[in-house]
Amino acid sequence: MAAFILRRLGVMIATALCLTFVVFYLTNLDPNLEKLAKTQGNVRMTDEQVDSWLAARGYDRNLFVKYGEWLGVVPGYVTQLDDGGVRGRCFGNADEVPPGAPSFCGVLQGDWGYSTVFRDEVGSIVATRLGLTGKLMGFVMLLMVPMALLIGVLAGMREGTRMDRSLSSFSILSTATPEYVSGVILITVFASSAVGLRWFKGTATSAMENATFENFFLPVLTIALFGMGYIARMTRASMAEVMQQQYIRTARLKGVSFRNVVLKHALRNALIAPFTVIMLQFPWLLNGVVIVETLFNYKGFGWTLVQAASNNDIELLLGVSVVSVFVVLITQLISDVGYVYLNPRIKVA
Amino acid sequence: MEPLTWTGSLAVLTPILWTAAAAFVLLAAIRLIAGLFLASGDTVTQPDGTLSMTRGPLETLDLATRWAFYVILGVLAAFLVGGAVLGLGAGIIGGMAQRLIPVWIALALVIGVSLTFRRRLGLYGKLFGSTIGSVGFALVMFWVFAAFFGALDMIVTHDPLAQSGAMKNEVPGTFYTKMIGDIDEGAYPYYLLGGDNLGRDVFSRMIAGALVVVQIAPMATAFAFMVGITLGLPAAYYGGRLDTTLTFLANLILAFPVILLFYLLVTPEIVATGIPTYMAAVMFVFPIVFFTILLNSRYHTRPKLRLPLLIIVIGVLGWLYLSLISKRFGVLEVLPRWLDLFDIPGGILVVFVSVVFVNSPTVFRIVRGLGLDIKTRDYVAAAQTRGEGPWYIMLWELLPNARGPLIVDFCLRVGYTTILLGTLGFFGLGLPPESPDWGSTINDGRKLLAIYPHPALAPALALLSLVLGLNLLADGLREESLRD
Amino acid sequence: MSTEPPILEIENLSISFFTRLREIPAVMDFSCAVRAGEAMGLVGESGCGKSTVALGVMRDLGVNGRITSGSVKFKGRDMASMSDAELRAIRGREIAMIYQEPMASLNPAMKVGRQLMEVPLIHENIAKKEARARALEVLTDVKLPDPERIMDAYPHQLSGGQQQRIVIAMALMSKPSLLILDEPTTALDVTVEAAVVELVKDLGRKYGTSMLFISHNLGLVLETCDRLCVMYSGEAVETGNIADVFDKMRNPYTQALFRSIPLPGADKNLKPLVAIPGNFPLPHERPPGCNFGPRCDYFQDGLCDAQSIPMFDVEGQSRHETRCLRHDEIDWSRQEIRAIETEKTEIGDPILRMEDLKKYYEVNASSLFKGGDKRVVKANESLSFEARESETLAIVGESGCGKSTFAKVLMGLETATDGTITLDNQSIGDTPIQDRDTDTVADVQMVFQNPFDTLNPSMTVGRQIMRALEIFKIGGTEAARREKMLDLLDLVKLPREFADRMPRQLSGGQKQRVGIARAFAGGARIVVADEPVSALDVSVQAAVADLLMEIQRTQKTTLLFISHDLSIVRYLSDRVMVMYLGHVVEIGDTNDVFAPPYHPYTEALLSAVPIADTRVEKKHIVLEGDVPSAMNPPSGCPFQTRCRWKSEVPGDLCEREVPPMVRFGAEGQHQIKCHLTREKLEGMEPVITMAAE
Repeated sequence: MAAFILRRLGVMIATALCLTFVVFYLTNLDPNLEKLAKTQGNVRMTDEQVDSWLAARGYDRNLFVKYGEWLGVVPGYVTQLDDGGVRGRCFGNADEVPPGAPSFCGVLQGDWGYSTVFRDEVGSIVATRLGLTGKLMGFVMLLMVPMALLIGVLAGMREGTRMDRSLSSFSILSTATPEYVSGVILITVFASSAVGLRWFKGTATSAMENATFENFFLPVLTIALFGMGYIARMTRASMAEVMQQQYIRTARLKGVSFRNVVLKHALRNALIAPFTVIMLQFPWLLNGVVIVETLFNYKGFGWTLVQAASNNDIELLLGVSVVSVFVVLITQLISDVGYVYLNPRIKVA
Repeated sequence: MEPLTWTGSLAVLTPILWTAAAAFVLLAAIRLIAGLFLASGDTVTQPDGTLSMTRGPLETLDLATRWAFYVILGVLAAFLVGGAVLGLGAGIIGGMAQRLIPVWIALALVIGVSLTFRRRLGLYGKLFGSTIGSVGFALVMFWVFAAFFGALDMIVTHDPLAQSGAMKNEVPGTFYTKMIGDIDEGAYPYYLLGGDNLGRDVFSRMIAGALVVVQIAPMATAFAFMVGITLGLPAAYYGGRLDTTLTFLANLILAFPVILLFYLLVTPEIVATGIPTYMAAVMFVFPIVFFTILLNSRYHTRPKLRLPLLIIVIGVLGWLYLSLISKRFGVLEVLPRWLDLFDIPGGILVVFVSVVFVNSPTVFRIVRGLGLDIKTRDYVAAAQTRGEGPWYIMLWELLPNARGPLIVDFCLRVGYTTILLGTLGFFGLGLPPESPDWGSTINDGRKLLAIYPHPALAPALALLSLVLGLNLLADGLREESLRD
Repeated sequence: MSTEPPILEIENLSISFFTRLREIPAVMDFSCAVRAGEAMGLVGESGCGKSTVALGVMRDLGVNGRITSGSVKFKGRDMASMSDAELRAIRGREIAMIYQEPMASLNPAMKVGRQLMEVPLIHENIAKKEARARALEVLTDVKLPDPERIMDAYPHQLSGGQQQRIVIAMALMSKPSLLILDEPTTALDVTVEAAVVELVKDLGRKYGTSMLFISHNLGLVLETCDRLCVMYSGEAVETGNIADVFDKMRNPYTQALFRSIPLPGADKNLKPLVAIPGNFPLPHERPPGCNFGPRCDYFQDGLCDAQSIPMFDVEGQSRHETRCLRHDEIDWSRQEIRAIETEKTEIGDPILRMEDLKKYYEVNASSLFKGGDKRVVKANESLSFEARESETLAIVGESGCGKSTFAKVLMGLETATDGTITLDNQSIGDTPIQDRDTDTVADVQMVFQNPFDTLNPSMTVGRQIMRALEIFKIGGTEAARREKMLDLLDLVKLPREFADRMPRQLSGGQKQRVGIARAFAGGARIVVADEPVSALDVSVQAAVADLLMEIQRTQKTTLLFISHDLSIVRYLSDRVMVMYLGHVVEIGDTNDVFAPPYHPYTEALLSAVPIADTRVEKKHIVLEGDVPSAMNPPSGCPFQTRCRWKSEVPGDLCEREVPPMVRFGAEGQHQIKCHLTREKLEGMEPVITMAAE
């Protein structure tokens, strides 16, 4: 098992390196850098001024060197400025290289860089925002997973019945409703001051400090609804398939009651497939988080991503990418390990 | 002028609708609960071999529920038919029903013809045997026709881009006026679904937005399928290192959060570097490769047929391809201008490419899984033992037999692509800011959502119904293809 | 005969399945009774409704199935009047069921022990400890080694034979009074099947359980049952004691069935099988009157199709009934009606020669996750033989013996690790199929096992044959190829209209014929037939086998007939090669192989094959254990782990060395790979003897 996890970790790190490099490449393309120089420096800079602005900040060098620096495996740049001072990646502007300044400063050293939009360390921004989103996702999971599994199991255990048809219709409807649609509808119905019921609030900004049912339920429900349908359909399909299996008939003809057939014999087998699905949902859930946080003005991780991307805040965007890629990869790892655990048929060498 | 009401002279039917709806919800709930406690009536075999049920309390409930449902359907049908006849006399719904008359006619024609010949139409014909499949098909075709006739200017009431200062955020059914100047003669007298924050007609924008989706989503999905199939089949058939590499690449893209990818890829700066054009240049080769191999593997034994066939196919597809990637004012200029058939705006192209890029790995995984399964069949071994080439086996032995699940997935994926396009619009990525597409419209409307929900609600419901239709269609197809 | 009520009494049972379009009657007017301690066999071809009867007894017909009339009485109580709870109390406790696929019948995510203990825990309200003790006891009864370990295992960790024993143990946990076995051994190898059947018989006797044994194999029923009921197209057509039905049958279908299966004494030239003409009717296309009418030799217009036919008692015999209006007019002693003798074909020169062929695979020890140690699977180990023109060479062996690998190497789908394959003096062992020229490819073709898998489901039958013609460069134009394709359909005796049909519109036997036509499209000289008839129904098998023989006669084809069914091998092959774990253990003319001296494995195999003939007496040899895995073969002689003669060889020779080939016969044509001395081998007794007639 240990060897298996190690191997998976290896693949994971390779994936993370590839993905961060792609992000790095895309954010460091010339037009992006030019835009950065103009937004940070002066909008009316000439091309030469842009070039020297970028050169002073080490942006003009080889992409791989820059990536290495950001990662922390290549020593940070030190450039001589026109005014006689020096500028280094690891210490900023100074008259001369400060004694004791580290020569490596990248992600591996814990230095995630500086956000140009929030004027703050990327590390701390990501940490606080991630905490807020963690809160949101925690509630989403609490609502979504049990509901989805319940719906799926109830629908799949007796295929073709009225219960199955009503629950399946509900799941189809909910998969067909992306967050920005269900959000709009939910806000109109429950929060609109013009025509709605005014049960909940249409924004979740106050939930960042103090989450209540009133200000937090709608965003949580909006994300949960879209994911729920998909998981429920998977669970239903898996459950229906398991209920057709010979061993279920064996159990039934052993005299096991229907309740126990479902609970003891079918459930574990039926949950193997949806478990993987739940874990693989994370990249898509991130989508929902970004949409919902924008829609409900909840300043979490997704909202930060939008801010970073639309303002070309390179280092923040990189930090956000790394974190989201890792979240996705870790859930994949958990899904693999859990699959092995749930399914006794698979032996790990 | 008085604003229009929703149902106008048909308002007498409204109480019936609400009563029936309330009764339906109530009865359905009672039925669901009662079903847990009461046993259903006995089944009796009739002499003619059919089954019938004796009438128990549950069956009575069922019947009542069904009737309530029929009443609802009946009233809705009356609204539509009456509206189509009476037009604005039947309120907003009447007005819309009348504007949509071309769509109703086209729908009736298609469904009528399909039902007549359903026995001879294979899987498509069988689709009409399933209720959800038919409903899904009708919903999808409704939007296809709405987009088509909308593009022919038969449905839209006003120019979807024209603004009127007097109509800002006006509620549905408001009489059309302009703040400055007179309205044109013969202009439609109302904003049926109201005006948005810039005073544009919501109804017209909704119909115009359908065109964006109906054009891009199926095309992008089709391209994603070509890429996925062309890579997935060899991965499954050959296995080994090729499979490992391709699977790793697919997983790489899948691990990338979609939204991040869009934010990185769909920006004006990236478009300026030409990366999307190069990606398009690579991705759009796949159809040519696909069709060339497809035909060559089949007809290489008959050279006389193969040569002209390939010349035609490569010629036509190649020309389209070169026109597509060649930009009169862009990065790549391959074709002389007089040969370049069309240009695609950079914004649309980048949206298209990103959507294909995001969808391909999933299709790849599905095709690979199906391929691995079908590869073990004896008819594949039979093809191998008579010395068929690998591409013949992949494209003519494996692929046709994977078509069932692939068609189902295609429908689901078009729906998913529609959602993705909406997401892009929602974040204002790629598509031009004035664009009437549903995502952008929702985004425009959301700022004042709490006060004026109608500008966002109309496109939201439109998108919901189209995606729902595609999902139902996929479900119906899956159900019917499993039967046999 | 006892007078107490039978354990199970089925009276005029009719079961239908309901689809959206129509009612499909699966069982009609079925009656039978099983008395205490009696074993009842239920025999019929697939689709005849025999499994539906079993499910009807268990009242487990699913959503669409319904009993439309008749009654099922268990110990005198009508099961229709029972509530769900009462039914549950009977299931597992009083009536237990064993299915075809052992792997599928066990819950993959539950340990074997828990699945076993569940039965008494539900029904007998006993403590867990007691249930565990019971489970261990039953596991010992079904002769599983190391019951403690098996209790803690998951089903996938056990072999197929062991799994089936677990299923049997589970059925016996609460000592039921009726055991229903639905094709319990079909998925197992012959030698394993023999052991399982033996076990079921013994345990039935020990526990005093009545049995309802469902099978398509008449030989198996003969070995296990006291009484027999033959079903055809949803109806019982003949019921009676085994001896009466086998030797004094009074129904044309039963008679036709017996004539179409190869029994000892049948010979492809002198006494060929008689296939039943026509096809099994689909449930909604049944003819009026007698269902078997259209295929029956004794059919009489206006009589057999005029009325529905009840069961008649056969005069002079006890409890023997038949569903035939003419049962007392037909002369049942008359021999075959249509059997036509044919000339024995001249066997020509050798055209295919294999010398010392070896095929090794490297596989990962665990296939799911890459890495780990590599292991070598020796799929074929020094195969040497030659095959001649117009000869049928049978290759016999159980799963894992390497016969499929051998076929792949011959076809060029794999290349040999070592050794040579010579076709007409041209070496092809190292040439993969893409490098072979068209003639070679067309010369060596294959007929596959599974008829439902052998044709591409999305291409018309004609198109598939024409594609083969295109590939083999036969016929210059489309029209010429179409003509040739129609000729091929004639050759395999299919109507020409079939050219435009899709495979799903064809029956199993018809598909197999198309497969044969496709194989012969390029005028194949060597055809590898991989179990071509084993997946077909008994009545169709004979027709397809005869078709192969007939084509062989006209085309002088060399047929390499891979099979595990010794009956059909004895019937149609000229020479036999027996394989075990990649080794050829015995090779020789058919008559030599089926008579002593035997290789110990051949001996066991012969004894294991059930023969549907009451006159045959067999020696009883039951092999212990399962076939070892090819990944981890035993040292020395491959068969030493299961051999009953091992003690006759001095020392540990069997475990150390692979035995040499011992030659017998005038030209040394009969070879046996064994350490036993020539005297010992020659002194073996025949396994099968015919009782004096």
